[in-house]
Amino acid sequence: MSFDINDYYFKLNSGDVLLAYKSSITSDLISNVLEVVEAKLDDLSEQAKVRKKVYNVLVESLQNLFHHNDELPDKLHDSFDPKFGVLVVSRVENNIYRISTGNFINSSKIKFLKDKIDKINSLSEEELKDMYKFILNHQKLSAKGGGGLGLVDIARKTGNKLEYSFDNYNNEYYFFNMEVIVS
Amino acid sequence: MEAITFEGTAKTPTVKFDSANGVFEIKGRSIPENSIEFYKPLVDWLDEYAKGPRDLTQVNVQLEYFNTSSSKCILDVFKKLETIHKGKNEVIINWYYEEDDEDMLEAGEDYESIIRVPFKMIEIVE
Repeated sequence: MSFDINDYYFKLNSGDVLLAYKSSITSDLISNVLEVVEAKLDDLSEQAKVRKKVYNVLVESLQNLFHHNDELPDKLHDSFDPKFGVLVVSRVENNIYRISTGNFINSSKIKFLKDKIDKINSLSEEELKDMYKFILNHQKLSAKGGGGLGLVDIARKTGNKLEYSFDNYNNEYYFFNMEVIVS
Repeated sequence: MEAITFEGTAKTPTVKFDSANGVFEIKGRSIPENSIEFYKPLVDWLDEYAKGPRDLTQVNVQLEYFNTSSSKCILDVFKKLETIHKGKNEVIINWYYEEDDEDMLEAGEDYESIIRVPFKMIEIVE
């Protein structure tokens, strides 16, 4: 059976959810999400440090969705909006947040992404800093403005491992979901 | 040459590079999806400025947030400043960070370790 997005989304929507969204990831949507989450974090009067980290990780997560979302094949267009992505921000407890993202990925790209995340997860704080500085100084920005730094930055700012899975949707497409804890 | 100024928005910083006094300022948030569009005019402007810079160029960077797309463009701006510095004109980068914002301090130190221009880390105490 193929991966059930609604079931996945339903499960993510448990606990103290600040914001949940599943549809097109556009530039305006990113602005709106950031505004809403920032206002909610202010209301919750969390430590400034945690608020900033959540905001930063959210920016990178959303922009990863925006830049790397694969165009869906025609037969999926009926069921999903273009640039379909899932985002759920929830509060685990005081000063601890979970940010979950999900998007379709062509099966040909899985290995590259998986290797990249595994590599990031294997590095120490100091090694992550070196990797960040190396990419910053040596890799050119893509035409879309992506720099290959988003995941490294998320790992560095949170100090936590990036949890992920690839769930089979059909022959060609998988659903990639990632969870990161900000504390 | 004319100063270059941009009003800040929710995703882009306030910028004022004034060639008359050699004081450059970048302030606010820099989180556009595509930062190249935003920073290209600044880098081009700096190319022109580098032809006849002031004896002292002071650069004040006071960012609340910046994304990884911007981080590369900010490095490009700093590389232009490095060229001016190498040409025997004084350049100083004042990197402001809010009290307890270790991530922003560390980001400044990352740049300081890559760019050969004197940096001054300045904590903003509320």
